[in-house]
Amino acid sequence: MSRHKARRRRSPNLLDLPGLWLNHHLQSAIATLGRLMRTPLPTWMTIAVIGISLALPAALYVVTENLRTMAGGWDQAAAISLFLRHEIDDAAAARIAEELRSRPELAQVHLISREQALNEFRALGGFEEALSQLQSNPLPAVLALYPDGAHSTAARLEALQTELLTLPEVDFARMDTLWVQRFQAILDLAQRAVLLLGALLGVGVLLIVGNTIRLEILNRRIEIEIMELVGATGGFIRRPFLYAGAWYGLLGALTAWLLVSISVLLLQQPVSRLATLYRSEFPLSGLGPLAMLVVLLGSVLFSLIGSWIAVNRHLRDAGPA
Amino acid sequence: MIRFEHVFKRYPERGEALSDLNFEIDAGEMTFLTGHSGAGKSTLLRLIGLLERPSRGQVIVNGRNLAALPRRKIPYHRREVGMIFQDHRLLPDRSVFDNVALPLVVAGLGHKEIGRRVRAALDQVGLLPRERATPVALSGGEQQRVGIARAVVGRPPVVLADEPTGNLDPDLSREIFGLFERFHQVGVTLLIATHDLGLVMSMPYRTLTLTEGRLANDSGAW
Repeated sequence: MSRHKARRRRSPNLLDLPGLWLNHHLQSAIATLGRLMRTPLPTWMTIAVIGISLALPAALYVVTENLRTMAGGWDQAAAISLFLRHEIDDAAAARIAEELRSRPELAQVHLISREQALNEFRALGGFEEALSQLQSNPLPAVLALYPDGAHSTAARLEALQTELLTLPEVDFARMDTLWVQRFQAILDLAQRAVLLLGALLGVGVLLIVGNTIRLEILNRRIEIEIMELVGATGGFIRRPFLYAGAWYGLLGALTAWLLVSISVLLLQQPVSRLATLYRSEFPLSGLGPLAMLVVLLGSVLFSLIGSWIAVNRHLRDAGPA
Repeated sequence: MIRFEHVFKRYPERGEALSDLNFEIDAGEMTFLTGHSGAGKSTLLRLIGLLERPSRGQVIVNGRNLAALPRRKIPYHRREVGMIFQDHRLLPDRSVFDNVALPLVVAGLGHKEIGRRVRAALDQVGLLPRERATPVALSGGEQQRVGIARAVVGRPPVVLADEPTGNLDPDLSREIFGLFERFHQVGVTLLIATHDLGLVMSMPYRTLTLTEGRLANDSGAW
């Protein structure tokens, strides 16, 4: 209330108020940044601490995201291997395959005939002699079922597996991607841990900034007193400290992003080499724009809260009781 | 302009600092406040600037009852009361210009207006050429003049000075009092606490004398 009145007193034109207000805040923000940069060493030390604190959960997030991308590639593997009964011949197997192809949750059904299975088995080597002893082909026909990405949740695949087991032609159905899904469950857990760690280190950032601002307030006690003497409002005195907090958060988040990006760059080559050994390609991805935004906003928010607490604790005693 | 009605100020550790003060200072009056150290001069000034509140009684400044003034309005009251201290209370790491500009900066004035008014105030106290200097580079008298420029730059109707010449030699003191007279001539209400009785006697102004927190003598308006 009083602040609005004061502004009105200063500005003859009410229409200028938003511009004046914005201008004042912009000036205050820039002046605060200038003040921080006048003491570069302590400022950058604080920013580095914030950056490292935030880089830790951000890097873990990048790791889990990359692992998830990698695991996504494994969805290409067959989800279910359907072993048909011995007595089912290749023609009957082909008919079953055709039926399964019409199901929405399956993208592809690949038939491995008994003959093919035998050839494959032979090709593995070492079994040649043993197989030649056999009168007939002991291997059943196998249908490799490839899930449709959109429909292949673990639950649905499991339901499909149970359903297929009831078919009279089916001897055995094996979930091949169960371990992939377990891996993904582990990744989910890891991401939850990242979130938790992020929240914890966010509180850390809050405390770091809060303490830095507290020291800054104590350092500038005399200046604050004099400003109060000449009629500075509480808001005027608080504002630069809050801006300082916001700057710490912003620059800390950018430092975290820089640290993660550099790490990704440094790891790119060894990861590529490793991928080549597995005859694959794997481009590492860094912190995406959305994740970056979360880090940025989170950092600024936690820093602001930290400085807000410090400011409210240490600037409450202005003026007489 | 300044009215005290049955004002008491009691400190828990020091006992009664002011007791039953009643007086009124008219707008545009220049008044001295004298008395021994510890007589309550500073306390009286602090009540007017709302650095403290009285234990009992009313202080009315510029038609405003300070007892009824909520905390968030104190800054606006202080902008109407310029305060000068014996130890100047300047910011050592800021230039003379920035020190004088402070009341205008906190009041949110624009750059041009601030520059204009600060230079006018510095000109009045004769320190315009030293605007870039820092206070430590100035003599005691010059520092006090910076403090005076800061007190008047916002053109407050009331100016309070607490022992403004306490650390200055007689010539410099006379110079400072000369400045006060100039403000008096343009209609500022001045209340100057000092124990420089010689100077007070040599000037034709009203004098309030405090003894142990009581108003011992009021020379009355001249």
